[in-house]
Amino acid sequence: MTFLSPVRSIFRAVVSTVVPEAKSLGEPGWSELEMLVETTLQDRPRAMHRQLRLFLRAIQWLPVFRHGKRFTSLSAEQRMQILGYLQDHRVEAIRCGFWGLRTLALLGYYGRPEGAQATGYAADPRGWEALR
Amino acid sequence: MTRRSYDLVIVGSGAGGGTVAQELSSLCRDGVRIVVLEKGPKLSAEEFTGRELEMAQALYEDGGGFLNAERTMTFAFGSTYGGSTAVYTGTSLLPPKHVLERWNVPDCTFADVEQRARKFMTENNVHFLEDKWINENNRLFVEGCRLLGYRAQQFPVNLKGCRGSSLCNLGCPNQAKQGTDRVQLPRAEQNGVEVITRCEVLRIGEKTISARVHAKPSGGKGEPSPWPPGDYEIEAKVIVVCAGAVNSPALLLRSGLGPRLPRLGSGFTCHPAFIMVAEHARAITNFVGHPKSFYLDQFARSDRFLLETCMYFPFVTAKSMAGFGGEHSRFMRAFPRLQMILVLACDEVDAHNRVTVDSAGRPVVHYRCTPEVMRGLVQGAIVSARIFFAAGALRVHLPVAPCATIERTDAARLDQIAEHPDFKPGKISISAAHLQGGCAMGRGPADSVTDGFGRVHGIPWLFVADSSLFPNSLEINPYLTIMALADRVAETIRKDAHALL
Repeated sequence: MTFLSPVRSIFRAVVSTVVPEAKSLGEPGWSELEMLVETTLQDRPRAMHRQLRLFLRAIQWLPVFRHGKRFTSLSAEQRMQILGYLQDHRVEAIRCGFWGLRTLALLGYYGRPEGAQATGYAADPRGWEALR
Repeated sequence: MTRRSYDLVIVGSGAGGGTVAQELSSLCRDGVRIVVLEKGPKLSAEEFTGRELEMAQALYEDGGGFLNAERTMTFAFGSTYGGSTAVYTGTSLLPPKHVLERWNVPDCTFADVEQRARKFMTENNVHFLEDKWINENNRLFVEGCRLLGYRAQQFPVNLKGCRGSSLCNLGCPNQAKQGTDRVQLPRAEQNGVEVITRCEVLRIGEKTISARVHAKPSGGKGEPSPWPPGDYEIEAKVIVVCAGAVNSPALLLRSGLGPRLPRLGSGFTCHPAFIMVAEHARAITNFVGHPKSFYLDQFARSDRFLLETCMYFPFVTAKSMAGFGGEHSRFMRAFPRLQMILVLACDEVDAHNRVTVDSAGRPVVHYRCTPEVMRGLVQGAIVSARIFFAAGALRVHLPVAPCATIERTDAARLDQIAEHPDFKPGKISISAAHLQGGCAMGRGPADSVTDGFGRVHGIPWLFVADSSLFPNSLEINPYLTIMALADRVAETIRKDAHALL
């Protein structure tokens, strides 16, 4: 079992909220994004994997109390509100948990060559010569 | 278990280890056997691709994302042939006199450290980049400072044949940066020093080292280790620990030296930092040219922060900005128009901030930003925002503001934000790359771990030679100072060679 397999749909919903452009990713794009996340996490402690999965499940069920729906069924605006609430939470551990998840989402999206190129970033080992 | 025997073992190959290796390598002519044990791999020139994630994974400990125990910040430090000198921007400043005087370490005078640092300035080709190679990201910083009456200064850099790839922090793809991987280690190897990569030192015993050589992972970068994978016990007459401010104290702690050295792991500082980003109306040269050519230190003593120009890569930039969603993406999509400044706090030794080890002996860094550090970062962010706007930026991403995007028309709000910042650990991305302390120099075991020459108190054959020796924050980029201190350690060993070796 990979880190993401039991929580894939929630993770994709979080990534699409953190980086709205991710909504237009096709299956190959998602696979590449998720591969980067899995590779990054493979050397991290198993306890961290468990905590991240638990955090994702909490994100999925947290909105039920407020909106009567799970996170994956919310509108984009409602998802923004939920993640914003976690980002600003008064409990530091919750803020840190969200920060970790957000970091993974950004790593997966902008760590792909296509994600980086889409920003207009085009550093070249040839430096000034390439610019000319 | 394979057994090996050397006269001198150096743990780590960065600014400290590389320097010690070179400075003692002349002893090889007299039959002295010296080995450097480096945990990371050695990459060939063509393996430096400049691709963000693959290079970070290959060259940094934990891919550059080593977390503190509180999980509120990350530390970036090299784990490769040359250590962090392979992944820094080559900025090479002399140690500040007031800092060395405040350290007040016996036998460690400013004049001596400065003189040695100057030797390495010459050896590693430290100079100012010519004006024609300064990109607009740096020029806008200088211009913004000038308009506000601030004194931006140019960084001396250790480059030779720089093509301006801007990829310094991912290992120079053109081998232009003159770190220990380019200068000191090759010379040491020429003189007969062995360098064993992928070799993780587990413990230090009585003149012995337990180490494990790792196999090259499938598909990984770098050469295989010169030694076959497996466990080793290495006898040594002298051991010099140069594994950096996280791994040096951790190694000594898991070797059981904590009880006799109560200050071991204490006094960790790191210049906690975050990246500020601003958007201009037009594209500027930012991801071409040397990324870190200027700095502003006039607030270091009064407000405890430094500003440095910088230019990072898409993932690091995205991670460093606060927030998410459309606003965040808008800045990211403006990458060719972005100007960046790194805000660094001059932190002080604090009782909470230290290195320990977990039950498996792995390093754990406990670090919390003190109120002074938070104030320094907030003030630094506000001054950076003023510099951006003075340089003509349309909008600034201010991570300490409740709403991070500040439009040019709202610049008047900066004073208000300075008074009521939104600084929550775990919300703002803080990282650090100037890791210092943990094996501080000083007078005796009650106040330090080593004497003024890096010799561990009470253990005449064990030395430390890296940034962990700093008794408090250096307040500037540390590499030349590390090299100067390592040079002092090497000289001490050379002078005592007849007794030690």
